[in-house]
Amino acid sequence: MPKQKSTTQKPVEELTYEEAVAELESIVEVLESEQNPLEEAMKLFERGQELIKKCGASLESAQLKIQKLAGDSLISFEEDSE
Amino acid sequence: MQPNLFSSTLTVSQLTFHIRKLLEGDPELQDVWVSGEISNLSKPNSGHIYFTLKDKNASLRCVMWKTDAARLRVNVQDGMALEAHGKIAVYEPSGQYQLVTNQIQAKGEGALYQEFLRLKAMLEAEGLFNPENKKEIPQLPKTIGIVTSQTGAALRDMLNTIRRRLPIANVILAPTLVQGVDAPPAIVKAIESLNKKSPDVIIIARGGGSIEDLWAFNDEQVVRAVANSKTPIISGVGHETDFTLADFAADLRAPTPTAAAELATQITVQHLHDSLFTIQSRLTDLTFNLLAEHKTFISALASRLKYSSPERRIESEYQNIDELSRRAFSALTHRIQLHKSNVNGISKRLQSLNPEGVLSRGYAIITRKSDNMVVSKVSQAKGDLKVRVSDGEFEVKK
Repeated sequence: MPKQKSTTQKPVEELTYEEAVAELESIVEVLESEQNPLEEAMKLFERGQELIKKCGASLESAQLKIQKLAGDSLISFEEDSE
Repeated sequence: MQPNLFSSTLTVSQLTFHIRKLLEGDPELQDVWVSGEISNLSKPNSGHIYFTLKDKNASLRCVMWKTDAARLRVNVQDGMALEAHGKIAVYEPSGQYQLVTNQIQAKGEGALYQEFLRLKAMLEAEGLFNPENKKEIPQLPKTIGIVTSQTGAALRDMLNTIRRRLPIANVILAPTLVQGVDAPPAIVKAIESLNKKSPDVIIIARGGGSIEDLWAFNDEQVVRAVANSKTPIISGVGHETDFTLADFAADLRAPTPTAAAELATQITVQHLHDSLFTIQSRLTDLTFNLLAEHKTFISALASRLKYSSPERRIESEYQNIDELSRRAFSALTHRIQLHKSNVNGISKRLQSLNPEGVLSRGYAIITRKSDNMVVSKVSQAKGDLKVRVSDGEFEVKK
C-alpha cells in the first residue's frame, strides 16, 4: 500500500544508495500495478525524480573504500602510489 | 700446454674451460635421457625453447635449439612430466651447465602432478568440488573481500579493476603470503578472518608464476578452507592455463586476478547508470500515461456534462420560444388581416352613408350662413344661405 510507504518516508539525503534504489523500484511497481489517485501518483513521481537524482549523484561521486584486516580489526589501507 | 690445476691460480675462463672439457668429454653425458617435470618454460621468438626440468630435489636447465624444437611432437607445457634426451654442455659466459635437448617425449605424469591428482581425487570424492555446493556469486556486491599478497601486482590490478567498474563498493583486504611453506596456513587464516567480516564475495588471487609458485593453492587445508567458506569465493590464481585445486573448490574460477575482479563486479557503475536511466523513462512514461488517461477521462466527462448542461436546456428553451413567437406572430398577423378587412367593409358601408355621396346624384345641402344650421324646411330659410353641391358650395343672397 503506497500510503503506508509514504508515511515512513525518510528525506532523500538520508538514504543509502541501496535504500534509494529499492524505494525507486517500489515506486515504479506501485505506479505500474495500482490505480492511484492522481495526486498520490504525482507525489510518487516527484519522489522518484528526487531518488533518481540522488542515485546518479552517488554513482558520480563514488570512491572505492579500501580497508585492511589486521587481526580481527579493520584498518585503513594505503595503496602504493606506483 | 696442460696447466697444473692444483699448483697455480687459474683464471675463471681456464677453470670453466676445464669443467667444460670434463663434462663434454664424458660420452655418458653426451647421450643421456633425463626425466623430470617442466617448469619456467620460455618460447621466445628466436624459436629456441628454454626450460627447467625438476624433480623434488634438483633442477636442470635445458635448451632446445630451433631446428629440434620445430620437430617437437609434444606440446610442452609447464608442469608436464617429460623425458628429455640430449647432451650436457657448459655455457661458459654464465658458467652454467645445461642439457642441450634434441628429443622430448611425454612420460606418464610427474610426481607433483601425481600428488595433485591423488589429492584432487580424494577431495572430489569428499564432495568438495560438487557443482551443487557452489554458492551463487552476487552480481552487485557491497563489500568485496580480497585474499592476496599485499605487495603483488595482482592486488593493484584487482583494485584498479574494481575502482573502474564499481567504485561504490567497499574492499576488505586480507593480506597473506601466497608462496612458500608458510603460505597455506596464512591463506587459510585470511579466508577465515575475512568470513567473520561477512563480505558479499571473496576473491583469492595470485599473479602468474611457475607451478611451484602456485603450489600453496593446491594445499589440502587451503582447498578445504575455500570449500568451507560461508562467503562465495572467486579464485584467480596464476594464468589462464593454470588450474589449482583451490580453483576447483572455489564457487567460480577466473583465469587471472583481473578477471576475478571483473567477475566480482558483474554489474558495473555503467549498468547502474543505464538502469537509472531506464527507471527514469519508465517513471516518466507511467506518469505521462496516467495524466493522459485522466485528461481523456476529464474531457469525456466534460462532453457529457455539456450534453446535459442547462446551457443546452436554455438553447432548447430558446428554440421553443422562437417557435412560439413565430406562431404568435403569424396568428397576430392573421388577426390583423381580419380586422383590416372588417374595417374596410365598415368603411365602405360608412362611405355609403356619407350624405355627401347623395350630392353627386344632384341633391344639395342648404345651410344658414349665420349659424350653419341645415335648412330642411321652408320656415327655416332665413337670411343668407349656403348651398353645398358635390364639387363645392355657393351662396344665395336674400
